[in-house]
Amino acid sequence: MSGGVDSAVAAARAVEAGYDVTGVHLALSRNPQTYRSGARGCCTREDARDAGRAADVIGIPFYVWDFAERFHADVVEDFVTEYAAGRTPNPCLRCNEKIKFAAVLDRAVALGFDAVVTGHHARLGADGLLRRSVDAAKDQSYVLAVLTRDQLDRSMFPLGGSTKDQVRAEAAARGLAVADKPDSHDICFVADGDTRGFLARHLGEEPGEIIDAGTGEVLGTHAGAYAYTVGQRRGLKLERPAADGRPRYVLSITPVDNTVTVGPAEALAVTHVGGVRAVWTGSAVPDAPMECEVQLRAHGATVPAVVTVTGAELTAELRRPARGVAPGQAVVAYQPDPGGDVVLGSATISVTG
Amino acid sequence: MAYLDHAATTPMLPEALDAYGATATECGNASSLHGPGRCARRRVEEARERVAAALGARPSEVIFTSGGTESDNLAVKGIFWARRATDPRRARVVASPVEHHAVLDVVDWLQAHEAAEVTWLPVDGTGRVDPAALAHTCEQDGERIALVTSMWANNEVGTLQPVADLAATASRYEVPMHTDAIQAVGQVPVDFAAAGVAALSVSGHKLGGPIGVGALLLGRDVACTPLLHGGGQERDVRSGTLDVPGVSAFAVAVEMAVKRQQEHAARLAELRDDLVARVRAAVPDAVYNGDPSRRLPGNAHFSFPGCEGDALLLLLDTEGIACSTGSACSAGVAQPSHVLLAMGADEAVARSSLRFTLGHTSTAKDVDALLAVLPAAVERARRAGIR
Repeated sequence: MSGGVDSAVAAARAVEAGYDVTGVHLALSRNPQTYRSGARGCCTREDARDAGRAADVIGIPFYVWDFAERFHADVVEDFVTEYAAGRTPNPCLRCNEKIKFAAVLDRAVALGFDAVVTGHHARLGADGLLRRSVDAAKDQSYVLAVLTRDQLDRSMFPLGGSTKDQVRAEAAARGLAVADKPDSHDICFVADGDTRGFLARHLGEEPGEIIDAGTGEVLGTHAGAYAYTVGQRRGLKLERPAADGRPRYVLSITPVDNTVTVGPAEALAVTHVGGVRAVWTGSAVPDAPMECEVQLRAHGATVPAVVTVTGAELTAELRRPARGVAPGQAVVAYQPDPGGDVVLGSATISVTG
Repeated sequence: MAYLDHAATTPMLPEALDAYGATATECGNASSLHGPGRCARRRVEEARERVAAALGARPSEVIFTSGGTESDNLAVKGIFWARRATDPRRARVVASPVEHHAVLDVVDWLQAHEAAEVTWLPVDGTGRVDPAALAHTCEQDGERIALVTSMWANNEVGTLQPVADLAATASRYEVPMHTDAIQAVGQVPVDFAAAGVAALSVSGHKLGGPIGVGALLLGRDVACTPLLHGGGQERDVRSGTLDVPGVSAFAVAVEMAVKRQQEHAARLAELRDDLVARVRAAVPDAVYNGDPSRRLPGNAHFSFPGCEGDALLLLLDTEGIACSTGSACSAGVAQPSHVLLAMGADEAVARSSLRFTLGHTSTAKDVDALLAVLPAAVERARRAGIR
């Protein structure tokens, strides 16, 4: 229970469904004041208190579990390392994979619990299939697609059939004070929302060159390649406009020689996406290329594609080009379905072309 | 439910509740000069006399406060400031490292904000302070010491400190000593004058009085700078309108606790010894922490190797057993016990401990209830392991 409205309502629904529920708030910061402050976070005293008050109202026991060391090692350090390697990680996805549905779930199971219930907006029904939420704008199936069959079998997402507005209304009707609490958007361990500043503090300045993809010309310098993301347009601070006057985008980041390569929008287009650490939960692992749709970043649009799974690797040949596909993000395969698009599987994007 | 956390708070005694009810509806500010004011003042002074008589102090030495934390803050900060004001060389605080946070954090604060120098007295493996170490410190640094502070009985592991020895040593060097006796009153004999200390903290709700009231016994000749300024109540040391029903109930509770102490301690020690023997039989590798004999009669403190204290607490809580892991941070995260760390335990052991404390409502049924579920809880917590 993060102290937000979603997990509070999820807990209440689980109680009503007849489960014996215990509320757990995760302390994820080694120093509660260094992480996000105010009413939007998951790691502050105020959030711990809000979560505890929700548990009081629902009438369940409530504890704070300290996973700060694990979170730092598995999520924060991974985040920094991935950026240093020129990739663009998704820390919420990593937290689900390593903390919420791994370390927390394992501890809970060892202590005699059967499953972990969260307030994620996704559906997980009796068929065991993970589907998008009915609220497309709030759908979080993308950051859950990394979960394995074993993890899904011990997970419950009671909110997937409701919109966020319905969840808020229900929270108010249940007398939960968090009904109007603002949604969290930023990365919880980047206190001020300044990811670039956070990375600079952790990785230091590492000046390098910004190179034109077409001509090989040096267009400018940067203070650290890690601060850039494929597809980024703003903040390049190039002195000279492109010859054709059109905007330039980050096409690639090469940590080895610490360069950022930029070029026109059309050069961003990719049709081939290769991923590693593949997980497949939506069907039997396909033994032939499979027609489906893929999503290539959080809250991104889906693209029709042909997906092939080979062991721990996954490739997607896109039916139409996609732009701004950043290594480190997840490629998530969906099967369109009137009952909610089904998550087939996912992988971490390693190559594009 | 089995409530095994009396050191956290213990139920109010019926006599104290009666005293509270009898005065709560009376209107009168003890500082007012009219009839209702005099009536309130009389209640307060009667309470003061009862507390003084029960604890071997003079009535004028009883300063009513809002509880243990305030008493500790007032004593340590107040005596430090007053002593340093008369002689700037006296900027050293000598303290035991096993103090409650209400003393420990005050000492840290004085160090950080008032440039206090700090000497932490060593403790042995049971958490007991060595009086020879204090003698050594006083010998070396006597005229630079503002005060010595050492608790009477430890709130976590229950170890009793040699308070009279420490106080005698301190007074040889004319250094005032404060003792936090919050866990001790009602459990072991506590006599302010006989102990020879300059200041002694006591709290209401640990001995059957209400939460939110306590006292600092402060020797008449001990200078103490106030934390709270205002109406000049309580010898000008602690301003604030006196809580008439609170101090009335507190005084009754102190009186009862002291009167019944011997019988109470004998009963608790017997129950506690039974609990300890049965825990050791059920979990043979459980480590019984603290001093085996010189300890609070109601305290049993164990480390359960391979378990996390907060996992055990959750499992026992589920079964209706209320106990404690020691301290938690403000967000609610269980912390490794600073007391066990000071006693030389490693962090895993300091995280694996649980405290069971008995009080006036405890019975053999509570011990039975604990033992019925503890072995399975320990086994399960071991499976969950260490994070």
